[in-house]
Amino acid sequence: MKPRWENLAFATAAVFVALAFTSLVLVTAGASPFEAYWYMLKGSLGSWSKISDVLVAWVPLLLATAGLLITFAAGLWNIGVEGQIVLGGIFTTWVLRLLQDSTLSPAFILILAIAAGALGGALWAALAGVLKVFGGVNEIFGGLGLDFVAVALTLWLIFGPWKRPGIGSMSGTEPFPKELWLPTIPGSRLSLWALFIGLVSIAIVYFLLSGTYFGLKLKAVGKNPRAAYLLGIPTTRYLMMAFVLSGLFAGLAGAVQVTAVYHRLIPAISSGYGWLGLMVSMLINFQPAWAAPVTFFFAALNIGSIQLPIVLKLDSSLSGVLQGALVLSFLLMGGVRQRWLKKHQQEASDD
Amino acid sequence: MKRIWWLLLTTLVLAAVVLSACSSGQATPAPQQESQQQTQQEQATQPPQEETFTFGMLLVGPYNDHGWSQAHYEAGQYVEQKLGAKMLYVDKVNPADRPGTTPEQLAEDLVSKGAKLIIFNSDDMKDAALAFAQAHPDIYVIHASGDNAWKDGKDYKDIPNFSNVMGKMIYGKMIAGCAAAMTTETGQIGYLGPLINDETRRLASSAYLGAKYCWQHYRQKDPADLKFKVTWIGFWFNIPGVTSDPTQVADDFFNSGYDVVLSGIDTTEALVEAKKFADQGKKVYAVPYDFKEACQEAPDVCLGVPYFNWGPLYMKLIQDAKDGKWQSTFIWAPPDWKDINNPDTSAIGFEMGPALSDEASDAVTNFIDELANGLNLWVGPLKLQDGTLYLKDGEAATDQQIWYLPQLLEGMEGQSVPQQ
Repeated sequence: MKPRWENLAFATAAVFVALAFTSLVLVTAGASPFEAYWYMLKGSLGSWSKISDVLVAWVPLLLATAGLLITFAAGLWNIGVEGQIVLGGIFTTWVLRLLQDSTLSPAFILILAIAAGALGGALWAALAGVLKVFGGVNEIFGGLGLDFVAVALTLWLIFGPWKRPGIGSMSGTEPFPKELWLPTIPGSRLSLWALFIGLVSIAIVYFLLSGTYFGLKLKAVGKNPRAAYLLGIPTTRYLMMAFVLSGLFAGLAGAVQVTAVYHRLIPAISSGYGWLGLMVSMLINFQPAWAAPVTFFFAALNIGSIQLPIVLKLDSSLSGVLQGALVLSFLLMGGVRQRWLKKHQQEASDD
Repeated sequence: MKRIWWLLLTTLVLAAVVLSACSSGQATPAPQQESQQQTQQEQATQPPQEETFTFGMLLVGPYNDHGWSQAHYEAGQYVEQKLGAKMLYVDKVNPADRPGTTPEQLAEDLVSKGAKLIIFNSDDMKDAALAFAQAHPDIYVIHASGDNAWKDGKDYKDIPNFSNVMGKMIYGKMIAGCAAAMTTETGQIGYLGPLINDETRRLASSAYLGAKYCWQHYRQKDPADLKFKVTWIGFWFNIPGVTSDPTQVADDFFNSGYDVVLSGIDTTEALVEAKKFADQGKKVYAVPYDFKEACQEAPDVCLGVPYFNWGPLYMKLIQDAKDGKWQSTFIWAPPDWKDINNPDTSAIGFEMGPALSDEASDAVTNFIDELANGLNLWVGPLKLQDGTLYLKDGEAATDQQIWYLPQLLEGMEGQSVPQQ
């Protein structure tokens, strides 16, 4: 057996299926697939400024995905990730609002605010965790409920207590002064600090899951909680830890959205990165090593697809079609591969 | 054993063949050449002078949403036609649909493709429009809705290349209110409100003023017998779990004796539910909002629709920009009272619906004439909902007083401010 080659073959086939499907959709819409892909490529990687825009979108998606990989390792479907991003954004905004008129140095305020964002996400995740571990509420339902509460909370804050002077606006809270933005590379929107946070986070998660006893035990809990418990792993504590850690990274994503992308709290502060992160996690079969490149690819699709309506008058939800098709075809190929392996083994034992 | 594998492979190969055949069959306009041109454009600090004026438009929703965004999109097409200008647009400009992008960034993309003027079409983009205008003093910026270019407004910012436009929908809502008052048999009118802010208070209150006037003067009834209730769902459209469900709210209205529901939200639940109740034999009606053709979804229950007509507004500003006569302005344009439905002159209009009776439509026409001849309903004595005096007897409200209306008016039921 050469599992590496096999994997590669199946992955290539999956990409091919997804591309073929999306191309079919394009052809049906009366557009040339190659032209569409070409413009998407150019619109995402065609110039340094486009690449930097992709990186801006990449960081929060990477952070959300990093968090999700931890809960997935523990066998948990952390659907509440959206709400955790939102709470990260809210906590960060809260600290920035409290301290923006103080005499503290902006750098210190920013550090506090980002830490608060991580805390906010972790707390919100802990809530889902408590519901699951002690309340017996499935984390999917608990998380979904908490997502809605988080969005309602954001809207209430933006149009209520935190509304801007004069008139509450869909545009969000009053933007923060420039000193309280994470510094960007001159001439671009990219903050190296945000990039740094993203890269360090995914590195931590990678190391945690593949290089530590903690990660090993977490996976044991994920594979079979009962067996893990009997073998002496405190399951409850590990499940809670998974939630809190996951929420921490999701909260960081929210903090980055506030400090590096939007510079205020907006109604849709999560940008749907939680859902996208879930898709990425499934696509990469929950392997941290693939998180960075695949989230980068998804971010590039999001940015690149903007060219479609501008240049080709095509609906840009095409990037979503391609992303969805990729996930589905990878899941499909996963199934095909397992059947194939099984048959292969059977034949091998028959011989 | 490898049947599935081969089957799949064959399908893929076939698909690939079909695809390549299709795409090569299409006349692809040599993407490489075009890309070269584009990179050149992007490299040049100023895009080369063209004969046609190119403007960009950022739409918050889909360009074909049968509502707010489509009204803007069609206005853009109108300008393209009338002025021979070229429009570049991006729709669904919001962080949920376009994660990781900001309107500034999209506007810059449009500028790199030759746009010299950018329209931001939503309150959502207020900060982005301002930031973009300040960062690009050589590009004209129009923000639809918003008050930052209003010298007498509360949030004036002095940016020479920045203007605001808005139609005086207060009149459209008054007419809608009148149509409702002329139709209701129970004397109960419901208003399906989005979220609570100055704009939505202003519009709901205008509808009430129009309803009260027609109820009192055309139907000779006591204003105290007119019930006008506003229920806010909490957002511009339904978000399950977050907002109240507008379908439910409309149902509640119809079930509790309200027989006309005016919609203030982006979507058409009021109309849809009215139709459902009407199909069961109830006599109920609805008035949608925003888009001229909104009645088409359920004409039998539609009393009419107050709509925006952005074409002439954009036309004027874009013409000025093209001719080098641009000045930063705040335009809050009334309808063209000679003909409020004139597509070339009127910023807002009211399209009467098939469900409006002949008698009622005569009254509404009469009401429009009265407004055209100077009838002002924003005149005292008027009190705010909590009883505080808003306008003294005979005092006419200033534009500022109307724009920044702090509460609903006395006589209206419903929340004035978000719960704290």
